[in-house]
Amino acid sequence: MKTARKNRLLLALALVVGVGIAALLVGLAFRENLTFFFTPSQVAAGDVRPGQPFRVGGLVIPGSVERLPDGVTVRFKLTDTAAVVPVQYQGVLPDLFKEGQGIVANGTLDGAGVFVASQVLAKHDENYMPPEVADALKAKGAMPDHEMMRKMQP
Amino acid sequence: MIIEWGHFALVLAFLLALCQTVFPLWGAARNRPAWMAVAVPAAWGQLLFLALSYGVLTYAFVSHDFSVLYVAQNSNSTLPLIYRLTGVWGGHEGSILLWVLILSGWTVAVAASARQLPTAYAARVIGVMGAISVGFLAFILFTSNPFVRQFPVPVDGQDLNPLLQDPGMVIHPPMLYMGYVGFSVAFALAVAALLGGRLDATWARWSRPWTTAAWMFLTVGIALGSHWAYYELGWGGWWFWDPVENASFMPWLTGTALIHSLAVTEKRDGFKAWSVLLALTTFSLSLLGTFLVRSGVLTSVHAFATDPGRGLFILVFLTLVVGGSLMLYAWRAPRVRSLITFAPLSRESLLLANNVLLVVAAAAVLLGTLYPLAVDALGLGKLSVGPPYFNTVFVPLMLPLIVLMGLGPLVAWRQGRGGELARVALRIGLPALGLALLCLVVFGLGWRRYLLAVSLWLAFWTLGFSLYGIGQRLGRRGFSPRAWAQLPRGFYGMHLAHAGIALFMIGAGVVSALEAERVVRLAPGESTELAGYAFRLESVYPITGPNYTAEEALIVVSRAGREVARLTPQKRLYTVRRQAMTQTAFDAGMTRDLFAALGDPLPGGAWSVRVHYKPMVRWIWMGTALMALGGLLAITDRRYRLATARVRSTPMKGAVGA
Repeated sequence: MKTARKNRLLLALALVVGVGIAALLVGLAFRENLTFFFTPSQVAAGDVRPGQPFRVGGLVIPGSVERLPDGVTVRFKLTDTAAVVPVQYQGVLPDLFKEGQGIVANGTLDGAGVFVASQVLAKHDENYMPPEVADALKAKGAMPDHEMMRKMQP
Repeated sequence: MIIEWGHFALVLAFLLALCQTVFPLWGAARNRPAWMAVAVPAAWGQLLFLALSYGVLTYAFVSHDFSVLYVAQNSNSTLPLIYRLTGVWGGHEGSILLWVLILSGWTVAVAASARQLPTAYAARVIGVMGAISVGFLAFILFTSNPFVRQFPVPVDGQDLNPLLQDPGMVIHPPMLYMGYVGFSVAFALAVAALLGGRLDATWARWSRPWTTAAWMFLTVGIALGSHWAYYELGWGGWWFWDPVENASFMPWLTGTALIHSLAVTEKRDGFKAWSVLLALTTFSLSLLGTFLVRSGVLTSVHAFATDPGRGLFILVFLTLVVGGSLMLYAWRAPRVRSLITFAPLSRESLLLANNVLLVVAAAAVLLGTLYPLAVDALGLGKLSVGPPYFNTVFVPLMLPLIVLMGLGPLVAWRQGRGGELARVALRIGLPALGLALLCLVVFGLGWRRYLLAVSLWLAFWTLGFSLYGIGQRLGRRGFSPRAWAQLPRGFYGMHLAHAGIALFMIGAGVVSALEAERVVRLAPGESTELAGYAFRLESVYPITGPNYTAEEALIVVSRAGREVARLTPQKRLYTVRRQAMTQTAFDAGMTRDLFAALGDPLPGGAWSVRVHYKPMVRWIWMGTALMALGGLLAITDRRYRLATARVRSTPMKGAVGA
């Protein structure tokens, strides 16, 4: 019985140490990998340091989409109707990317204030708006209804 | 009129589910055989009416009845028949109906084999499953009725979401649901055992095949989802740590833990309370997954219409199920004692380590999935947890797990022999390491690909131990064909599933380390080179599908001047929804996938084109297929059939199995 109790103690100790290490690991990885969402207004106000990865969301300003001569780099402007952030993205845009559409992009600001996106998200059908974008627009009192969205499209 | 029959059948099914819950549970508590006898016929009746209801909805899709709002939203007169059949679960309402139908199917499967269980226990199991059904049927009837009519009837439907018009969508959701819902059986068995106050090896023996069956379906479902995301969403990745993927992955992790802890419960009558807790957790995570996906709180391809009423309903239901079962657990479990002892090195302790690692991994995934939602709900800002978090946490947790996975089956119950194990580990570990390094050298990959080297090493380690384990058992019987046949299927099933993990590791390791991607501008006649393959855009031409028009490109891939594949990616425009869709093209192979997707048209007839080289990516899905196959072998083990026969003759008392 004595060895059984000792064994159980050993086991419990091993468990505590193991779970502790795992928790530490989780905590560290967690802190390093949180990506915050910012609206174009917050970006314009200088809330974000250059080089810090974050997400930005807003409406693609109609007529702002231009393609660089290499054919794969795209530039466009994002707005929450109050401020504007220029975005640059190299790659294939998602199918649902459209002018006037709400999108979310992951990336960092470069020194010149251009948001260099590593990923552009525009999911769902045309009526869909990423919740972050919808909330950001609502906060600006400018939640566009579908009629407005349609008028914004060229 | 037929539509109303479907609705009516649904109401009847709801009433039967109520009967199936109330009478058997009350009867079991008061020991009234007549009340308990309601369970089985009620379960059959519920299945009948649900099947009828589901059949009517299918009929509405097939016959283009656009007076049904749900059909109008998810179908169209040009939609091909196969997608009209699968479109039934293409939206929120229908997919929940499929959920209940499958639940009812599982209930009847349990009921059909429950004659071999003690009457009160069987009644409780079926009653608990009925209660889950009541919740979901109420959810359908009060918030998500698929039979709602609309007037005036639209001329045509709005078409099925183009993303869902794909062969992958035909089987991915049913398989996933079979898995999710299948865990309700393990849940019901555990709750019934808690209610009855009897948790013993018989309960574990009963839970094992059902849990493994659900796990098998979930494995297939997740793998199909992964493959579908790989080519249909066009991103070329096989796992994104998307919240919806995580939602299905969490029950998989705890379900895997449950399978292993039930082994201890059955063989040694230990870990009992823990197994029960895992069974409750696994099904709760399945429900949480349903909630996350269906309530629209997630930004994802799976989130359908957002409706706060629905979200609230599921949240309340989830709270009831999780809270209720945990309270029952807190009340009953302290009485359950596992009086087993085992050495620090024994099968039990290794399985315990397995459980701890899997549960910690599931908790880490849960944290990463729910944290952004919690922060948002509390109004503290918006943030997301990216794939790097999951990778940094998950990989270090899985590596020791896989080391243990090799060792575990060789260690004896109660007390393992350390010296012998160390010798075997060296005899397998060193050659495995040599082989892994040899692979790196032979294929000219360089020494510094540490993660790849570790993946390969662990894969060979696992395969080596499985071969050794099978050889050892066969060796005792002289390797005759009879010896092969005599080993239990559960034993082969386990090793097959473990070998599946090994194949998965090889695939995941190689593709993560060596994949290549390029986005280029290509005009017809131009080509680009990637990983030794030349992708040449031959031409782009318009084509017309049943409900879309498309530009299709012909891309000829050659290596060293020899043509190896012709890829025809498309850019589709689904006419009804006016929605663009990238249809990727890939050439699958054992050693590599070649993958191409069309981007956007550029001036001068050129296109932006994305090409991928995905070495050994197929091994990922081959591995998961092998895991599922292992599960299938294990549930057909004859000892479960024998076991059920034995249960009938002996009352439910702690008969410790062999």
